Amino acid sequence: MSATPTASATAPGRLKAPALLGGGRSAAGALGKGMIGVYLSVLVLLPVAALLAKAGSGGLDAFWREVSGPQAQAAIKLTLVMSAIVVSVNAVFGTLIAWVLVRDEFPGKRTVNALIDLPFALPTIVAGVVLLALYGTNSPLGIDVAFTRASIALALLFVTLPFVVRSVQPVLIEMDRSMEEAAASLGAGPVTVLRRIVLPTLTPAIVSGVALSFARAVGEFGSLVLITGNLPFKTEVGSVYVFSQIQDENLPAAAAVSVVLLAAALIVLGALTFISRWRSKHVL
Amino acid sequence: MAIEVHDVSKRFGDFVALDDVCIRVNDGALTALLGPSGSGKSTLLRIIAGLESPDSGEVRIGEEVVTDAPARTRDVGFVFQHYAPFKHMTVHDNVAFGLTVRRRPKAEIRGRVSELLGLVRLDGLADRYPSQLSGGQLQRMALARALAVQPRVLLLDEPFGALDAQVRAELREWLRRLHEEIHVTTIFVTHDQEEAMEVAEQIVVMNKGRIEQAGTPRELYESPRNEFVMSFIGPVNRLGEATFLRPHDIQILPSAAGEGTEALIERVVHLGFEVRVELKLGDGRDIWAQVTRESAQELELHEGQILAVRLPEPRVFAT
Amino acid sequence: MSFSKLGLRTVALGYLALLLLAPVAMIFYRTFEHGIAPVWDAVTAPNAVHAFWLSIEIVAIAVPLNTAFGVGMALLLERGSFKGKALLSTLVDLPFAISPVVVGLALVLVYGKTGWFGDWLIGHGIQVIFSVPGMVLATAVVSLPFVVRETAPVLRELGTDAEQAAATLGAGAWLTFRRITLPAIRWGVVYGVVLTTARALGEFGAVSVVSGRIEGQTQTLPLYVQGQFENFNITGAYASAVVLALLALATLVAMNLLTRRTRRESALTTL
Repeated sequence: MSATPTASATAPGRLKAPALLGGGRSAAGALGKGMIGVYLSVLVLLPVAALLAKAGSGGLDAFWREVSGPQAQAAIKLTLVMSAIVVSVNAVFGTLIAWVLVRDEFPGKRTVNALIDLPFALPTIVAGVVLLALYGTNSPLGIDVAFTRASIALALLFVTLPFVVRSVQPVLIEMDRSMEEAAASLGAGPVTVLRRIVLPTLTPAIVSGVALSFARAVGEFGSLVLITGNLPFKTEVGSVYVFSQIQDENLPAAAAVSVVLLAAALIVLGALTFISRWRSKHVL
Repeated sequence: MAIEVHDVSKRFGDFVALDDVCIRVNDGALTALLGPSGSGKSTLLRIIAGLESPDSGEVRIGEEVVTDAPARTRDVGFVFQHYAPFKHMTVHDNVAFGLTVRRRPKAEIRGRVSELLGLVRLDGLADRYPSQLSGGQLQRMALARALAVQPRVLLLDEPFGALDAQVRAELREWLRRLHEEIHVTTIFVTHDQEEAMEVAEQIVVMNKGRIEQAGTPRELYESPRNEFVMSFIGPVNRLGEATFLRPHDIQILPSAAGEGTEALIERVVHLGFEVRVELKLGDGRDIWAQVTRESAQELELHEGQILAVRLPEPRVFAT
Repeated sequence: MSFSKLGLRTVALGYLALLLLAPVAMIFYRTFEHGIAPVWDAVTAPNAVHAFWLSIEIVAIAVPLNTAFGVGMALLLERGSFKGKALLSTLVDLPFAISPVVVGLALVLVYGKTGWFGDWLIGHGIQVIFSVPGMVLATAVVSLPFVVRETAPVLRELGTDAEQAAATLGAGAWLTFRRITLPAIRWGVVYGVVLTTARALGEFGAVSVVSGRIEGQTQTLPLYVQGQFENFNITGAYASAVVLALLALATLVAMNLLTRRTRRESALTTL
């Protein structure tokens, strides 16, 4: 996985920063930097390095064997497909919700706006319990998705809801209304204004929200463990597969699939960074 | 195409933006809506364009009543105060937008766009994005975009407001010449009386949602109908309740003349060709006079000098 | 009011109602449908109480650590100039891209029995994995980015003028930070702390891997919810879930009180 930036482990001791606030190079400043370096190494750098080392410990062949085994492959594929479906729904509904929250006025709007963040604040395991209460076996609505693939989509939609909404909202607030008026005065109908003016303006924000939800969906665990039943080949996603391999003390398999999940998230986030840099250089 | 507005009123909550406004703009005329901010001039323009709808009254473009027609069917070209460029489209696509929406053939669009870019002197910049243009260039792109669809009328909201002084002067001159060339009925909104006087053939002075006076720049200057128009257009001295004098109508007399009113020069300000003389009259009132550089030199005007001035008949408005 | 606007509103609010509001309302209803007594019994069960205090303990260690280091990293990112800045920024954001389960696994691979430091830790009688230190570590990793990402933009907007003014007046680096910078960024920091706390309190996947999930010992409140659910003690699961949900709602209220709308919206896009 040479694509992961962490692979090029640079000793944080090499970080050269001025003291606390850009003054001289005081001993206290150096100590602070050193402590930050140690902290990040203990928390992030060493663990990720160990993960990569474990995944690659048997060589590329072994890595490939682990991730291409039928159960692992099914889990990875299910994760990616479900995440793709969910972020597509998010792109549409997230944009729509942001639109309504910015352009519409109705009583209770502030409360609805605050509630959007609920999935960020709610522990994921609680999200799973909550969804099961309404859409599980004893569903008062008669909708039972427990232990089906639909339950994966439902849980992922819940936990990733805020991303697109929160990235589109500020753009919509700052968007110049006169752009739409200009298009209308030039003869464009509402659909044309939406398609040619509004959506292109929102696209970068939608893409960024989609990328963030994708990264989150690929790694999601807590909200899925109860509602999906973790049935191999049916509802077992990547993170759940990793968990079960850890329980079985099959750490190389767990590490290999972990690296694939991490890579999927990083590739999408990296593409996002790349696209937004390219855009800011060429268009905006 | 002529524009007529009859008895139009518009409120925003408690704020009365327009109060029973009537104007008529003749076919092919270049008209300024002039007034301080909050006078309702932009609202009136947006109502003509169909971007706002009036609470009551009627708007006609040509013979057609358009009061309830949506903006997109009115065939008006609108240039926004901050140009409202489509930031994600090139200059070419911005200008072509109205034609694309009307599904004109590609070849026609290309021809028309390059013709317009030539007209607004933006040839060679067709592939740029708005973020790569200067304020003046954006302005002209916005104008080309509005003209592309051959609108029946052209409406400009504070077209020069966001530009710096130099570019502004150039564009004013250019807009006038452009109007002579294409002769489309044009209304522009401004709060700058000098701009209105310089560019427009007809000025509509607005204040607090009402029309104060409409007429040629000369009519407004020479026979203002009321206090507001008098003080908004051109420099004035206020000599008490509703009594006004134009500074250039005050004559400074050679000291030998032995007539007129006695005055003390408190300050002489040289503004190039024009010299501004601040005076205290015998009765204690402060006024200022505008004289040319030559006459200031001839009369050897200087601070502390006591001399005589001849005051014209002041203009007094009924209050 | 046009029909299309009404239609959009209905669709948006309907979606939110079905996905967010109805399920949350449902669990409150289910929890309290037999009155308050069974709920009280459930949340005061010894293992539930233990799980609650264990969660609090972990939060009480992980959050201050991430706050202090988070502010430090934000300062380094915004005020420092050094070659490894991009790396630092990547490391800080990395926990957002890693699955919590993978975080847990990575920690096991370093600090576990068979991990890189396993022998050394055992030799010194230190148990990290399957005990509180490992759970604190896991919690700290997943909630690492919040304080940094909330503080850095505030620092950037603040600029360095006031700090330089203080320096010209003779203030040292520490004094300048304490008297000038910190008061100016404190709401950003507090906001980050709220998010960190919410995330730390609710962390499940990473803690699940490193804790061993021993009831009454290494079971945090979210793990307890799972345990109760899997043992078909629905009342216990719901009651504890409601406790956590109430804490989440309190977080939302705090977030709303703390920041003006625009700030919050832009802040949350970094999640």
